[in-house]
Amino acid sequence: MAIQFSPEEILETIRMVQMDNLDIRTITMGISLRNCADASLEAAGRKSYEKICRSAERLVAVGEEIEREYGVPIINKRVSVTPVALIAEASSSDNYVPFAEYLERAAATVGVNFLGGFSALVHKGMTPGDEALISSIPEALAVTERVCASINVATTRAGINMDAVARMGEIIVATAKRTADRDGIGCAKLVVFCNAVEDNPFMAGAFHGIGEPDCVINVGVSGPGVVANAVEAEPDADFGELASVIKRTAFKITRMGELVGRAASEKLGVPFGIVDLSLAPTPTPGDSVARVLQAMGLERVGTHGSTAALALLNDAVKKGGAMASSHVGGLSGAFIPVSEDAVMIDAAAEGAITFDKLEAMTCVCSVGLDMIAVPGDTPAATLAAIIADEAAIGMINRKTTAVRLIPAPGKKVGDVVSFGGLLGRAPVMAVHRESSEAFVARGGRIPAPLQALNN
Amino acid sequence: MPTKSNRIIVTVIGADTVGIIANVSAVLAEARANIIDISQTTVREFFAMIMVADLEKAVVPFDELKRRLDAKGAEMGLRIDAQHEDVFKFMHRV
Repeated sequence: MAIQFSPEEILETIRMVQMDNLDIRTITMGISLRNCADASLEAAGRKSYEKICRSAERLVAVGEEIEREYGVPIINKRVSVTPVALIAEASSSDNYVPFAEYLERAAATVGVNFLGGFSALVHKGMTPGDEALISSIPEALAVTERVCASINVATTRAGINMDAVARMGEIIVATAKRTADRDGIGCAKLVVFCNAVEDNPFMAGAFHGIGEPDCVINVGVSGPGVVANAVEAEPDADFGELASVIKRTAFKITRMGELVGRAASEKLGVPFGIVDLSLAPTPTPGDSVARVLQAMGLERVGTHGSTAALALLNDAVKKGGAMASSHVGGLSGAFIPVSEDAVMIDAAAEGAITFDKLEAMTCVCSVGLDMIAVPGDTPAATLAAIIADEAAIGMINRKTTAVRLIPAPGKKVGDVVSFGGLLGRAPVMAVHRESSEAFVARGGRIPAPLQALNN
Repeated sequence: MPTKSNRIIVTVIGADTVGIIANVSAVLAEARANIIDISQTTVREFFAMIMVADLEKAVVPFDELKRRLDAKGAEMGLRIDAQHEDVFKFMHRV
């Protein structure tokens, strides 16, 4: 039987993996904890621990097996669970930190580096359980390493819960203070969402939604380096051709995710959920989304044209990826975290990209203001107002937006915070100093927008 | 769907030297991996050999074969990869 592939195709694949950092960013197992609720928080924690350990027992081993078999690195194996507020609320406790500790132990036992789902969905209002969960966040994120928290404060259908937004401003400040000895790293594990999705495999915002099955495998693919190379190879292509090049590349990357997801699902005997075809950068040189934008002809990311470049990239990635997988979901698009993208870090340090430009870019990217360090003395009301702005963008544009900010304790504009590993390092960026206090203090809800008369 | 086939693609990349095919074939033969096809090409100054092998009757597990190829590569100053053919099938065929 002859070789079914041309040598060029085979070498292209090898090159993508070995030189362009193509990898599967994460295999995330979603696990429902809905049958773990108990009147005793301790008992609920124990049941959850046992269920996670049982369900994800072979997750890491299978991930490594697939990695060897296909020769494609799988960087992270992770777990997401039902929003904890829904489970812990059945108990009489109003401190959910012990539950977070059970989750931490479960993550350590199964060998995953992050576990998402210390979460609550409060876009229209808060139950006592939601309130207890939110109050527990600063302590929970300080005493655990792997547990990630997320709170959904707005949706296009419900509007923005400004009471929750104001509360999250305070919680972010408290979380930074509680982890001040580590540059406020707790905040790197806390995401505030508008229109959160139920099947996102990426951390820190992953949780296992209530419409999901008992257990599911979701895969997050990546490969900004591959796309950057493809774009760099076409300096004279017009935008139509450029979009085609990106679509073709995204297709190939996503196929890899589809293969890995199906193989993992088969080997683990767990249904396959979705492939999230996001371009997620890492601090590794070359593995950068900002580099793709610069390859399109921008001297530095953040300059005029960056939003248009990102819009083209995000849309082409979705179009190429959608053809490659039977189930595309999650966030799907391009991520623009600052601390996790080497080129973005440089642009921020030089002042080429500003906070306001990042906000504009989130109108067309897949998530939001992500991994941005701001001065440690930024008031809670200012953080809340930033969340409100970002939620408004998501609400009006019917897309997911999120805020993951680190008010780095004791740090000023120009200082650098360093979290190490995938979380990277970030120069502290300036935010507006004028107060938003009276605006945030109004409270209540910003009404949901009309779904007609769009313009 | 991932296929049930046992075919792997072995790629050897590096500077062209005497005995590459012989050495890699020997590792595969020892494992009773049946070589189905071989092709060679040069990419700029680098030599690239691509082999398709069937592990249906192999007496060595894939992981071990991969280790042996890797060791042979290190010995000869070449990079040798072995991957299940599904990777290429998924990426390049719709």
